[in-house]
Amino acid sequence: MGVQWYHTMNYTPHTDEEVRQMLADIGVRSIDDLFSCIPREMRPASFDIPEGRSEAEVVNNLRLLASRNSTSLVNFTGAGFYSHYIPSAVDAVASLPEFYTAYTPYQPEASQGWLQAIYEYQTAICNLTDMEVANASLYDGGTALYEACMTAVRINGRKKIVVDAGVNLIYWTMIQCYISNLSLDVVKIPVKNLCADRESIFREMDGQTSAVILQNPNFFGCVDDYSDIVEHAHKKDIIVIESVYPVSLGLLKTPGETGADIAVGEGQSLGIPLSFGGPYLGFMASRKEFVRKMPGRIIGRTVDKKGRDGYVMTLQAREQHIRREKATSNICSNEALCALRALVYLSLLGRQGLKELAQVNLDKAEFAKQRLEKIPGVKVPREITTFNEFPVLLPENADSVVNKMIAKGFAPGFPLGRFYRGMDRYLLVAVTERRTKEEIAKFAESLEAVLCS
Amino acid sequence: MQLIFEKGRAGRKGFKIQRSDVPASGVIPEKFERKTEIDLPEVSELDVIRHFTCLANLNFCVDSNLYPLGSCTMKYNPKFTETCAKIAGFEELHPLLPQLSGGGILTQGALELLYRMEKLLCEITGMDCFTMQPLAGAHGELTGTMLIAAYHREKGNRKKYILVPDSSHGTNPASAAIAGYQVIVIPSDSTGVMDITEYKKHLTPEVAGVMLTCPNTLGIFNPAIKEICSLAHGVDALMYYDGANLNAILGKLRPGDVGFDIVHLNLHKTFATPHGGGGPGAGPVGAKKELSRFMPISKVVMRTDGTFGLDYHYPDSIGYIAPFYGNFGVLVKAYAYILLLGRAGLIDAAEKAVLNANYVKEKLKKHYKLPYDRPCMHECVFSADRQKEKGVSALDIAKYLIDRGIHPPTIYFPLIVKEAMMIEPTETESKDTLDTFINEMINAASLAATNPEKFADLPETAPVQRVDEVKAARDLNLKWSRP
Repeated sequence: MGVQWYHTMNYTPHTDEEVRQMLADIGVRSIDDLFSCIPREMRPASFDIPEGRSEAEVVNNLRLLASRNSTSLVNFTGAGFYSHYIPSAVDAVASLPEFYTAYTPYQPEASQGWLQAIYEYQTAICNLTDMEVANASLYDGGTALYEACMTAVRINGRKKIVVDAGVNLIYWTMIQCYISNLSLDVVKIPVKNLCADRESIFREMDGQTSAVILQNPNFFGCVDDYSDIVEHAHKKDIIVIESVYPVSLGLLKTPGETGADIAVGEGQSLGIPLSFGGPYLGFMASRKEFVRKMPGRIIGRTVDKKGRDGYVMTLQAREQHIRREKATSNICSNEALCALRALVYLSLLGRQGLKELAQVNLDKAEFAKQRLEKIPGVKVPREITTFNEFPVLLPENADSVVNKMIAKGFAPGFPLGRFYRGMDRYLLVAVTERRTKEEIAKFAESLEAVLCS
Repeated sequence: MQLIFEKGRAGRKGFKIQRSDVPASGVIPEKFERKTEIDLPEVSELDVIRHFTCLANLNFCVDSNLYPLGSCTMKYNPKFTETCAKIAGFEELHPLLPQLSGGGILTQGALELLYRMEKLLCEITGMDCFTMQPLAGAHGELTGTMLIAAYHREKGNRKKYILVPDSSHGTNPASAAIAGYQVIVIPSDSTGVMDITEYKKHLTPEVAGVMLTCPNTLGIFNPAIKEICSLAHGVDALMYYDGANLNAILGKLRPGDVGFDIVHLNLHKTFATPHGGGGPGAGPVGAKKELSRFMPISKVVMRTDGTFGLDYHYPDSIGYIAPFYGNFGVLVKAYAYILLLGRAGLIDAAEKAVLNANYVKEKLKKHYKLPYDRPCMHECVFSADRQKEKGVSALDIAKYLIDRGIHPPTIYFPLIVKEAMMIEPTETESKDTLDTFINEMINAASLAATNPEKFADLPETAPVQRVDEVKAARDLNLKWSRP
């Protein structure tokens, strides 16, 4: 006689006997009776979902799918999303069930671990950007930038946003989408020689302007010092929003140092896997005077009844569960686990490690530049300062070069012509600490071979 | 507990950065250089691991505690889904690869997963198309209200209002506001569902859409839902389904079959992906085919040769809601969960969730006021009104439960119930666990009747006791400064 399959395991622990007891206690005869409030004619026209499978079958199925994605390409593509090494300790902490199977810390007594971790995260983000306050995180760098725009609008009540075209085009597109139903006027200023065009930006900054949005390094890799724009903006009470790449802040002038009002960015590079586009981490920090205009969760330090230090969600009067349609944002969560990853990453690297990491990135990018510009017909613009990503001018269309380089085992960079008219021959190349000298050399050799063929 | 910033010593390191192996060194010109010190911790890896493990121990979580937090569906998060999301072919994949010439063929598995997930969610909800982009439930709501706006703009409709019942989540009106609408709140009737007379009164041609949670936040299914939808369609208003409570009706009702036009799902609720202490979640949005051309770009398509690709050619699209294809790592987990449960498993989840909630409701209704005494779906809402007369509030009862190792229910929501306690046990809890919870709730009620003063000093076992929220908001301390 074979085994009798009497119970389908769906993580529901009920035995048949328990179900009978519970139904009797409720006073109904069957489970169906519990659903009698849903009239027959409303029942599903179909529910054609495949029958369940075992864990082993599902894992195999997903492994098979994953095997159809490349893991062997040597990656030189960044465009705002970077392949940095993730220390194992980051995964270890993020895999603690006491973190990942908890929820929003509504009950401070049952969530001090999470609350303190987020308070530490806020501190780390402030120190990284040289700003005074940070929130508990937002979905990603793009939504953080949009939320920063809305924060500026709340601060000064004006309706015009000036955006430097050096801001990641993906974020520009997202902002346009988000504001399409709000009566805001967004003006994009083309870059000049790949950098922010001061003259045009100053011309657009008028009495109606709420904010100017800048990115450092910008999408083309150009490193800048926006202090002059900040100075100009503040004379007209315009809010300056700076989007930054956190790893670069190991070396580059911070938003706080330039005098920016709001700093935002994509935190993916701080120990969060690329994972085909998410989950990521939007961080946001600002000057203290704007904290009540900020969106999202904010954790504060206080004391408990016995005078002990304790942490709690604070300034909740800004948020949707209290203010509803008048809230600073509709967001009701954060990307807590990603924020935790960033905090652990920054703690492991520490004050010296982040500088070292930034320098290694810079050195490798410099080496790649030197190798690539030796290729006949290839030009690396040297009039701009870059960090770990830089544009390369090719003698032919970058798109077809990308195609051929992928065939040779490289994700060679982002062809700027995909986003920018007239830049068809530009390839945006990112070189992180993960790329070895040999890989860079091989990359240059392959590119030369592709261009000569 | 000391902060990570207060631990360690100057010069200590927690990670070895690989040295540069290239014969080149880059220099940042002085004017672009950071001058300030980066005040980050200086700790060893062990310091880090011990610090965060100790912090973790201060949290309640599903893996340690019953967590019947109403409206949040804190069901067990199966471990194998974590394994799936960590497969290198998913975790290390750069999102721009399919957008590079020749790169699409190297991401076929990821694109196929997105494609198949879309088909599954369409079938589960009765919708015609789905976008995986929204990064959370509230983000899905925003996407949905923007679809409503796009639909009316295209038709030249001048609409001003979105209707929501007074039992709705705060994110509904907040999302409607960002899509440019004003919000009209419709009261509930004595049975706990949206008052149909009031609804009809406010359902003018200026109404763009109606946002409903079904079953609603009281855990009550509204049998008039079909009529509500058809009345809305009569004035060319779209029906929005807030999927927060889909867990209750899997396989029992599909929003698309009864007249809803748009739906968002919370994968971290219904489809068991971890809540992560507040995120990341995922909030895919589904819609009827009349709205498909407004959906966010890009869309994953299956080509005639069976390969998968990204399609951007939707000129009427609302645009980019997210930078790429949604919280892919979360989508992988939800997809794996749906495959494992399958048709019967999903229905079983809904049935056991509803069974558990009704069991708790029946067992507790003698001890707490049940403002709407009727069969519930996946959650039930009690009021601590009776206990409040003795000076014991819903908050006090919450603190009592913390001492008993149980995460409290959602309290003070929905807003229409005074001293609300919203209990959602979920299907993964056993009868034994529910009995323990029920007993503790009954004990709390007894204690409230006999010794109400005892609650003031609860919880006794937690690392803190009643933190001073007023002080937190008044003397703002949002970051640590080195003394």
